[in-house]
Order: sequence, then structure tokens, then C-alpha cells
Amino acid sequence: MAKVAYYPGCALEGSGGPYDRSTRALVKALGLEMVNLRDYSCCGAMEVKNVHPMLQTYLSARNLAIASEQMGLDAVMAPCNGCYHNLKKAEFELATSDKAMQTVQELAQKADDPVYKGDVRTLHLLEWLMEELGPEGIKQRLTKSLNGIKIANYYGCMYTRPRQIFPEKDQGPGSESSYQPHFMDDLLAASGAVNVDYPLKTACCGGAHTLSDADTSTQLVLNLLQSAEDSGAEVIATECPTCHSGLEMHQVRAEKEFGIKTQVKVLYFTQLLGLAMGLSPRKLGIHENVSDSIDFLKEKGIIG
Amino acid sequence: MAIHEKSLIESDRIMEHESLVVDGVDVSGHWNTMIKPRYIADYDDDFEKIIQSYGGGENVHRCWQCGSCTNSCTVYALNTDFNPRYWIYLTRLGLKEELIKDKDIIWQCVSCNKCTSICPKDVRPEGVMKALAHWLEDEGHTETSPSHVFDDEFWAQVEKTGRIEDAHVIMNFFKKTKQPLLQPWLTAFTTRMIKHLPFAHLIRMGLNFVFTPRTKSWGRTGKVLRDYVEGEKVAARQRRQQIKEAA
Ligand code: SF4
Ligand code: SF4
Repeated sequence: MAKVAYYPGCALEGSGGPYDRSTRALVKALGLEMVNLRDYSCCGAMEVKNVHPMLQTYLSARNLAIASEQMGLDAVMAPCNGCYHNLKKAEFELATSDKAMQTVQELAQKADDPVYKGDVRTLHLLEWLMEELGPEGIKQRLTKSLNGIKIANYYGCMYTRPRQIFPEKDQGPGSESSYQPHFMDDLLAASGAVNVDYPLKTACCGGAHTLSDADTSTQLVLNLLQSAEDSGAEVIATECPTCHSGLEMHQVRAEKEFGIKTQVKVLYFTQLLGLAMGLSPRKLGIHENVSDSIDFLKEKGIIG
Repeated sequence: MAIHEKSLIESDRIMEHESLVVDGVDVSGHWNTMIKPRYIADYDDDFEKIIQSYGGGENVHRCWQCGSCTNSCTVYALNTDFNPRYWIYLTRLGLKEELIKDKDIIWQCVSCNKCTSICPKDVRPEGVMKALAHWLEDEGHTETSPSHVFDDEFWAQVEKTGRIEDAHVIMNFFKKTKQPLLQPWLTAFTTRMIKHLPFAHLIRMGLNFVFTPRTKSWGRTGKVLRDYVEGEKVAARQRRQQIKEAA
């Protein structure tokens, strides 16, 4: 079993609180082990690279170095697509550019930070679950079922793009695909859900401009919601706090400002898997979601 | 002297004739629409180098104009005036004036990285969009975009504490862009968010807001990074100055 550091990043500490709670509860219920990454910093999200690309590389390298140099761990696990993307991008930049590596190491020495040496890898929570358990392992641990609810699995941009920074994807059978990702589909199908054919799996939610260009984001989110409904989905499963909040915020905005109402529920995939493991909605932070799915889950007999 | 595609179809350049005879041949009905010829002389041969001096613009010279970036672009699908391939083309030709015509939409790139994923030449068009947006602002062609304000606010908090706190970033962003915080949809969103929240959670959120989370070992890191970036920006500015002077 890989020795894994848990990196929640800023989003899971803040608006992505339900993702943090459901991740922790799920990991525990599945009998996996992770330790909190010590005193981490922000990964730079989508913003810091625009101030200067090296800032984002440095911030991510610093977090990776804490795991390997200070904690002796093999991998950093990030459930947030933004964190995951940034850590992977830093890994890629530093493995392919001696100059970048030298800059990061010099800056770390100046700042008295742990020095990144490259001997640590980044995992998304989805990848970690697939690596340790896979659909079969999940099946063995189920106490309940998702009772055939219809799910559109939404992966967003940063889990798959740009594909160059994910060398382990697109490696044939068993590996994750950057064009047709399927890890979330696999895990939720094992838990008794029915995955609909969702063409916008990796489409963008406009998260980078949630507030700065709300019209664009609302349009993109409406595409996602309406396409999910057209595909017959009752729920959109998310794996990123930015996508999740974006979907929820702009679903509300579309309703309030434009009178366009969509019925599809938005839940973190960890909340769905957690329900199949028999964990309570409260433990999984389902009442903290803006998209109110409690009645729906009751109707489907998933919660009492 | 290239003839540039868009100027071919600008409405004031199009001449339509009811009937037209050219060199004794009646071309009415077939060739009766003409486009006034135009010769462009205002190239800036060094413009590509200027854009390369901005973070993200480094690879712009590699483009071979296959169009994959635009074809896959999220924002192009909403607005066909948003055209990364075309802007990269203008950059390479040094046609700044043409580029400036689209100044108000270039910043709208949502960073979805479809273009960067698909580009066969590793141009990283997503970075080029950021470089162009920064150039437009630096040269005073556009106001600082709201997205840039957001980026700066975000980094200012990370520089100080190593982390950010959502509510602070949002509040400061609205303040700096002079927007009211109480927009009806945001109020509706917040109301729905707190409707089912247990009291303890509300307290936790409040505490998080008052005592902004910080990275304890952050120490000198913020300052070291700020100094580094300032140094890099000064160097890039000097590089641009030299390019301009040499021209
Ligand atoms: S995909 Fe790349 S090579 Fe093709 S037009 Fe766009 S930037 Fe140029
Ligand atoms: S990153 Fe920007 S330019 Fe590239 S495809 Fe997405 S929106 Fe278009």
C-alpha cells in the first residue's frame, strides 16, 4: 500500500467542506490509510500562474517536498482537480526542465523550505481508490446500494488536461483515459448506480471565471446541466470542489436571473460512494450541499 | 505583404455592383462583388518576441496554423469572435492593430486547456491567451480585466499567509471591481447554502473568516517568491525595452 499524504488544499478547507468530510469518512470506512500533509500551502489554484508561472510550480513543489522530505511518504493524494492538476504540472515541468528544477531548489534554500528532489508522485483520490481497491474491492465492502440511480459522471477539465502532464493516462486497458475518463464511472457502477452516456464529461464549467465573467460560466454550467438531463441523469457526480461549487452557484443564478430551472442534483462522488457504504448523509456533508438531494435520496430508498 | 483574412470581409471594403463589366467581359451576377484591395504596412516584426517575454507566451513561434486550438476551444463555441488560432497568427505577423480590435474578449479564456492538450506543436495556446491579455493591459489598450483583479487578489493572500480563505477573496474582489456584494443570485445561493447547515458548522466558517488560515512554516517564503517574481518582471520589461530600442 502506498504511503499517502492527504492534501486538501484551500478549497476543501473552505467552500468544498462537504468534499473534505465525505473523503475522510469514505477513506476510513474503506480501511485505507492516509496522513494529513503537514502545514501545506495553497497550490496556486487557477490564479497564481497568471501572476507568474514559476509561483505555481514553486508552491506545488513545496507541498510535494513536505511529503517526501519531511514526512517520508511516497505520494500526495489530492481530491481537488485544481490541486491535482497543479501538482502534476509541477512534477512535469521539473522533470522536463533542469532550469526550472534549479530555480525551485534555489528558492527553497533561500526560503528555508524543504527542497524538492522529485521522488514523490501525485494521485487524484479517484486514482488512489482504483489503485488500492478497484471496482471489485469496492463491491466487497458495500453494505448498501445506489439502487440504480442514474448518474452523469462529470470529470471537468483539470483531471484530464493538458494530457501531456499525465504520463500514466492513456496507457491502454486498466489505465485512465484523458479523452474518455472512466474511473468514476467504474466505481459508481460497482456501487449499484447506472451511468448514463454523458457527452460533456470533460467539458469546462468556466470555473476560472465563476465571478469575473459570470455570464460565460452560467452558460457553460447550463450546458452541463441540460446535457445531463437530456442524457437521462438524475444526479451529476463531481470530483472537484470548484466544478461542484460552480455547478451549484450557476444553477441558482440561471434559476434566479434567467428563470431556467434544472432538476438534476449535484453530489460529490465521495458522497455517493459513502452512501453505498452505509455512511449517514450527515457524516458525508450532504446537508451542506446547496443542491438539496435529501428528498430524492429518500425516494430512491438510499437513505431512510 | 500579406492580405489579411478578416480585413477582406470588413463591410466598408466590400463593393457590390448591380452590373459590372471588366475588360469588356460582363461579369454581372457572377463576379459583381469586389473587395477593395488593402496593403498592410504596419507590421511590428518584433511583436512575437514581445509576447514571448510574458509568462505563457514562450512557445508562440511554433504555431503552424492547423486550427486545432480554435476548433476545440470552449469559448469559441459560445462566441466565434474568440479565436486563439487567429490571434496567434496576428502575433506572428506582428499585426498589433488587428489584434487590438479583439482586446475586450481575449481575457475571457477560461483556461480549460483543450487547446494546449490538442496542439500538435506544443504552443500552449492557453498561456498565449494570458500573455496577450497581459500585454494589452500593460500597453494601456484595456483596463485591468476582472479576471486579472481576481488573480492579483488571490496571490496577495497567498503571498501573505500561504493560503487563501474563500470569503475574503470574494469580498475583496467585489470591492476592487466595485460590484455590490448583495447580488440577488449570490444572496439566494448563500441562503440555500446555510439553510441546512448545523450551527457548529456556521461557527467554524465564521472562525475561519476571522482567523484566516495560514501556513505556519510559511516564514520567508512569501517574500522570497515576491522578490523573485519582481526580478523576473523587471528583467522581462528590460528585455522588451531593448527589443523596442533595437527596432
Ligand atoms: S493548435 Fe497549435 S499549431 Fe495548431 S493553430 Fe493552434 S497553436 Fe497553432
Ligand atoms: S484554454 Fe482558453 S483558449 Fe484554450 S480552449 Fe480553453 S478557453 Fe479556448
